Amino acid sequence: MVNLVIDGKKIQAKEGITLLEAARENGIDIPTLCSHESLEPSGACRLCSVEVTKGNRSKIVTSCIYTVEEGIKVNTESERVKKVRKLIMELLLARNPDSDVIIELAEKLGVKPQKRFLPDHDKGKCILCRLCIKTCETIVGVSAIGFSSRGATKIVGTPFDEESDVCIGCGACAYVCPTGHIQMETTGDTRTIWGRTFKMTACNVCGRYFAPEDQLKYISQKTGVPLKELSTCTSCR
Amino acid sequence: MNTQKITKNKIKGIIGRHEAEKTSLIAILQDMQNEFRYLPKEALVAVGKHLDMPLARVYEVATFYNAFSLKPRGRYLVEVCAGTACHVKGGFNLLAKLERELKIECGQTTKDGTFTLEQVRCLGCCSLAPVVRIDNDIHAYLTQDKIPRILKKYRK
Ligand code: SF4
Ligand code: FES
Ligand code: FES
Repeated sequence: MVNLVIDGKKIQAKEGITLLEAARENGIDIPTLCSHESLEPSGACRLCSVEVTKGNRSKIVTSCIYTVEEGIKVNTESERVKKVRKLIMELLLARNPDSDVIIELAEKLGVKPQKRFLPDHDKGKCILCRLCIKTCETIVGVSAIGFSSRGATKIVGTPFDEESDVCIGCGACAYVCPTGHIQMETTGDTRTIWGRTFKMTACNVCGRYFAPEDQLKYISQKTGVPLKELSTCTSCR
Repeated sequence: MNTQKITKNKIKGIIGRHEAEKTSLIAILQDMQNEFRYLPKEALVAVGKHLDMPLARVYEVATFYNAFSLKPRGRYLVEVCAGTACHVKGGFNLLAKLERELKIECGQTTKDGTFTLEQVRCLGCCSLAPVVRIDNDIHAYLTQDKIPRILKKYRK
């Protein structure tokens, strides 16, 4: 166990966990966008920045990737933290002015759009956190999407921006995206995502269209469960 | 260097020269770029298969580095340095002159496939500024009036 102080509260935490985890375990809230409990943290959005004091030195760190250390004092609401958080939020607002999630979060933190940061209108709602790519790679296991290019032109998508032949239409990427960037439309017997349209399977009990055919085939192939057994939706099973 | 015809065998040959390990990726892509003057889609697909790496990962790397091109490049790559020293010494005038001479814009390839015009950041020889690199030749202290003669040499 490691002893530390967060916002004046004495805390014991398991070695190796992050400051964010330790704070949350103790009911201390730190705003985040790109951290997800089922995925390795990447420290992409910087919103979870906090101030760490060791001896008489202090520094700003990203709490979702900084692990707990013996004897440190962590401040999640100091003036310095508030200033940094405000700046990060202002920049996010300028990059993704159309993301409801970001607009709401900014409002919650009392941050307004700044004239000095010209808003972008070509980035959609994407903050380039890589959560969707990691989900597709490590949880779904197909790697249909990735980043391309770099710097100001970096975007997320399928290779060559073409219909992916490995995508199974599961929609996990759209589900995990913190800002609602990924468009997925399900209407009756079809679902469209990343420019490709999938046929949906109807539940063989209730008749509701519940999953893309390709997804069920993929699960069947991976698990060895016959396709027929998978063709019943979760509510009818 | 001539633009090579893309064949399955050539792709296989290049890939075969490298170990089937993730760390070979960039080296393979470099060899492909040298051979074909760009990275054809089928080559990227083949590399992915060989290294057991998803196409999305290969594509990330291929689009990340400026040294790689996904569009066919001309026989000669003309790179105008836009680093600080070359910029201060008027590199942008050289670019404008090249655009006029080649009748293309930066990033494009001439119709006959001879030249591709691109801009790069600092070629690492600032004391020779302003410079233009054509294939692997550095043209130092370049002025606009020297450009037509230089281009003629490559056209032959
Ligand atoms: S699409 Fe969403 S999850 Fe994917 S990188 Fe962008 S913000 Fe992150
Ligand atoms: S939540 Fe820590 S950097 Fe995004
Ligand atoms: S700026 Fe052109 S070579 Fe360095």
